[in-house]
Amino acid sequence: MNMDARHINAFLEATKAVFDTMLSLPVEFEKPQLKSANHTHDVSGIIGLSGDVVGSVVVGFSRIPAAQIASALAGSRLEVGSADFADAIGELTNMIAGGAKAKFEGLAVSIGCPSVVIAPNHQISSPSGVVGITINCNTAAGRFAIDVVFQSCGKASTKTKLATPSAAADPSNTKLPIGNPI
Amino acid sequence: MRVLLIDDSKTMRKIIKGVLATMGVTEIEEAGDGQDALSKVDAFKPDLILLDWNMPVMDGITFVKAYRGMKKMTPIIMVTTEAEKNRVMEAIQAGVNNYAVKPFTPESLSTIIQSTMAKAAAKQAA
Repeated sequence: MNMDARHINAFLEATKAVFDTMLSLPVEFEKPQLKSANHTHDVSGIIGLSGDVVGSVVVGFSRIPAAQIASALAGSRLEVGSADFADAIGELTNMIAGGAKAKFEGLAVSIGCPSVVIAPNHQISSPSGVVGITINCNTAAGRFAIDVVFQSCGKASTKTKLATPSAAADPSNTKLPIGNPI
Repeated sequence: MRVLLIDDSKTMRKIIKGVLATMGVTEIEEAGDGQDALSKVDAFKPDLILLDWNMPVMDGITFVKAYRGMKKMTPIIMVTTEAEKNRVMEAIQAGVNNYAVKPFTPESLSTIIQSTMAKAAAKQAA
């Protein structure tokens, strides 16, 4: 099972729901693109997917957006590296990944407990030969990226190629047409 | 009302405590996982349990089975990202009384808490 438009749309919808509901912070999505090997972050929330799909979700930030978004979720000012900062980033990642996987119709997928990496310009590597996508997201608190990597685990596979949806500020216009594999 | 709040995320516990505060709930005990919660139930004697599913050490569904196995009938609301129908059914069958999916609005969680407590009161009065 490789990623297709339904899976990407699931992440768009889940992210929008989390930011609208829990942060009162509108989020806009750029065109999803293939994940670059040298994509770096200062802060990464990481959560594993297992079951009918195996992979990971990384929500990656620069320092300032990370602090502002974590603070918006927690309802109080959080500095990068403070005691509650990693917890907030982990919970944000948990809600995005959990919300998305709940929309994976017909697939039994479990998520693990989130981990958080805080280090300047770090990379989160994926296994070789596995295609991932990056969804860049913009908010008034700054920019962040969602990197999603799925690995086949024996179910029917779909040919992998990059879809080319039109970029749009409106999240609903950024959704990919169902049926387009990437 | 005495509420036992079980979630490994301090951030989520703070958010939920904010919702409970708007409802006038001040007697709140916190636990970071199911095992931690089991060690606190006898002393705290909750009227309501709010429970996350995915936690380290002991997850929410294991807690529910252990708690109901102790013949304790305190209402439990699962507050989780696990929104698939089969997950909801699994939780209900294990003994969860109601279900709230993250993300939630303060109003939606408050409504679920109120309806759960109303049903529990009606059941007790019957």
